Amino acid sequence: MPKIPGLVKGLGVTFKTMLKPAVTVQYPYEKEEPAPRARGVIALKEDNCTVCMLCARSCPDWCIYIEGHKEKAPPRRPGGKPRTVSALDRFDIDYSLCMYCGICVEVCPFEALFWSPEYEYSEPRLADLLHDKERLGEWMETVPDFEPYEAGSTAKVLKVPR
Amino acid sequence: MTAIVLSYWQQTGIKVGLTLLLIPVGALILGWTFLLKMMSHMQSRLGPMDAGPHGVLQLVADGVKFIQKEDIFPDRADRRVFALAPFVILMSTFLLYLVVPVGPDLVAEDFSTGIFFALAVSSLSVIGILMAGWASANKYSLMGGVRAAGQLIAYELPLVLAVVGVVIQAQSLNLSDIVRAQANGEIFGISFLGNPFVITQIVGFLVFLAAVQAELTQTPFDMPVAESEIVGGYQVEYTGFRFLAFFMGEFGTAFAFAGIAATLFLGGWAVPGVDPDSNVMNVLGPIALFVKVMFVSFLIFWFRFTYPRFREDQLQKFAWTILIPISLVNILVTMVLKVAF
Amino acid sequence: MTAITDRQKLAYANAQAADGRVNVEIETDEGMTLNMGPQHPATHGTLRIVAKLDGEQVISCEPIMGYMHRGYEKLVEVRTYPQINTLVNRIDWLGSFANEVPFILASEKLMDIEAPPRAQWIRTVLFEMSRLANVSLFLGDMALQLGALTPAFFAFRDREHVLNQIEAATGGRFHPNFDRIGGLKDDLPKGWIADTKKAMQKMRTFCDEIEDLIMGNEIFEARCRGVGVIPGEIAQLYGMTGSNLRASGVDWDLRRDQPVGLAWNEVDWKVWTHPDGDSFARYWVRLQETREATKIIDQLLDGLPAGPVMAKVPRIIKVPAGEAWVSTENPLGEMGYYVVSKGDLGPFRVKIRSASFNNIHIVPWVMRGVYVPDVITILASLYFILGDIDR
Repeated sequence: MPKIPGLVKGLGVTFKTMLKPAVTVQYPYEKEEPAPRARGVIALKEDNCTVCMLCARSCPDWCIYIEGHKEKAPPRRPGGKPRTVSALDRFDIDYSLCMYCGICVEVCPFEALFWSPEYEYSEPRLADLLHDKERLGEWMETVPDFEPYEAGSTAKVLKVPR
Repeated sequence: MTAIVLSYWQQTGIKVGLTLLLIPVGALILGWTFLLKMMSHMQSRLGPMDAGPHGVLQLVADGVKFIQKEDIFPDRADRRVFALAPFVILMSTFLLYLVVPVGPDLVAEDFSTGIFFALAVSSLSVIGILMAGWASANKYSLMGGVRAAGQLIAYELPLVLAVVGVVIQAQSLNLSDIVRAQANGEIFGISFLGNPFVITQIVGFLVFLAAVQAELTQTPFDMPVAESEIVGGYQVEYTGFRFLAFFMGEFGTAFAFAGIAATLFLGGWAVPGVDPDSNVMNVLGPIALFVKVMFVSFLIFWFRFTYPRFREDQLQKFAWTILIPISLVNILVTMVLKVAF
Repeated sequence: MTAITDRQKLAYANAQAADGRVNVEIETDEGMTLNMGPQHPATHGTLRIVAKLDGEQVISCEPIMGYMHRGYEKLVEVRTYPQINTLVNRIDWLGSFANEVPFILASEKLMDIEAPPRAQWIRTVLFEMSRLANVSLFLGDMALQLGALTPAFFAFRDREHVLNQIEAATGGRFHPNFDRIGGLKDDLPKGWIADTKKAMQKMRTFCDEIEDLIMGNEIFEARCRGVGVIPGEIAQLYGMTGSNLRASGVDWDLRRDQPVGLAWNEVDWKVWTHPDGDSFARYWVRLQETREATKIIDQLLDGLPAGPVMAKVPRIIKVPAGEAWVSTENPLGEMGYYVVSKGDLGPFRVKIRSASFNNIHIVPWVMRGVYVPDVITILASLYFILGDIDR
């Protein structure tokens, strides 16, 4: 069987590709679904935050700004001492600095930060990329549930607090 | 129906006007079909879809964009030569369009040496490229221009030699006569298809296609504009409407050469089964020629988007040691067979 | 007509002087200087090549790097280990998981911790996937440098499958940031193994397509065979590593010869070498390695052991004092980290040995007497990433 010269085979490849449908996804008319674990935006569950500042300290870019104050809460049992609890005043993430590494989400001991695959939040003004507490709380609705793991895994599936 | 008699200047005005209009139209059609859509689908993507349905107006938008740009001259460039170079190329394109017959009565100038004139005039573009390369005062342009000079002059020869076989068979240099010879001829007694020279001159057709690819500086012969090495070669300092002139020159010349290839080898405006001298061919002819032009352009651009490019010494070797001997042998065989039969 | 200003006179004198310089360059033996500057379609990033030409032949050629220097070794002096892990993703940004691995392994060596087997196997899978992402881009990109526009798009199209799989597991397509000291951040999601096997099948189809479209192409062979021949001894003298070394006939692969805490010796695979040492050999070796990587991943996924993905490590990581060097066979070559720790939250000093920095130093030697188009072919076949050269 004589060898087909490579030049002709190459023409065949491009011709066949021309006849197959294109793979382009015409954004913004059609959109692809990102994976559930995709690191799109960080959501904050404000009730869980105890202002421990671990996330702000561990951010490589120092893009999390936290301010809080201590308040007196009623004692747990009647006749006890009043407790001090921390209250969150300000929790801003500057997405113009954030490098989407996820150290803050991982390091939080109280499950207050979650990843969401939302990515369409570009702004015409740079200052609008600073998401404050309320906006970060709104992202909680887009956080997907944690997926089950592959066979052979011993990790437990955590729950997202809603 | 009485014939309308126009004065010489009115006739010339209409011919020049229509031809000048045909250059951008031809460039647009080729550009959209092959550069924007065929190339995209060969690369598994869609190409422009926004400007007009399926991006048909994209090139128009590009044209408007180019025209409204600032006319920049590099500081050390030779201004007059730099300014004229793209229009020298456009001028040779325009002269090419004049001789291609589109119907039995539709040809701008029916020279008795039509194909000779076409080939002579197409080599004028070398001057334009050299002017652009030298006057840009840029080492990349210089290299591109020098490469182009060598390549284009080397590939003139296979271009001409491939046509000689056709001329021997048709026994005329006039393009309309060549079309009629193909329409009225017969292959071993079968006459309904005519005698398109692509069957007997298949070698000449392939050599002509390769030489056209080189004359248009398309990959695999696009060393003068090797985009990944000398970043645009002789075109690198051009922007705005002068770059548009280069672009239209390139695609307009592709359209014209495809027209010449269709006329020489595929039967031109003749349609098998229809009498070539009837009046209906004045309407059917352009359509038939257009279809054949699109087919030849498809071949040219298919090669362009598939192959990597040659180095110049390999390019020259290909022309001088492969294409020219093959076309010379082709002429010899054609001569012998023409006399024998 | 206004008087000629001083500025115009200066401009005229400068223009005459520049013309004079060019004339001197063209006339004398020193050669015309062609500056393929930091912005050029052929250099993979901001590399500057200053070539002295005699017509179209190169007399001498000098690469000038540093346009992308980001100061990694200084940056990591003030960061903790998890933060450094994020940063080093960005050294070789195409195969980014592969950058994390030697650093994590060096830190684990200092802490005397070994990751559990499941973590090691998944690390190897992701390492090979980053090799796929990196080298498949090369297969399309070298053809693009040579003038064929189409294979580059095929490469990007089929690489998407690998990137989608990396995203499904780690959350990031380009910067996974998934490796941790002691194991991995998380386990694989359900269905990942089946999807990855399908992606591997698509990569194999891509390799076949590239072989038909490019490697069998006579024009490609004419451009690449015999161009940029680097003999094996010279390659070793210059410290070249990776596929470039194997294409010069030297049978050296760190995955087999210096096994670190990853799972390559658990599967059956082959090291590809080519005796020629020219640009075609480098392309060929990388194509075979891409196919081999798909086979390695398939075997690893079939035999993935069950278990945890993280060893017992304290929450705040303080690496004990000491020094450790670990190098691995990254997609671009041998990449290594020399970590010096003083017992703090972050290292005292990290020296990053990146593959492309050593690979590119062969350029002045190999470019003597080649043509200008061959400069592009050789640069494309050596395959470096500027982030890897400049760090």
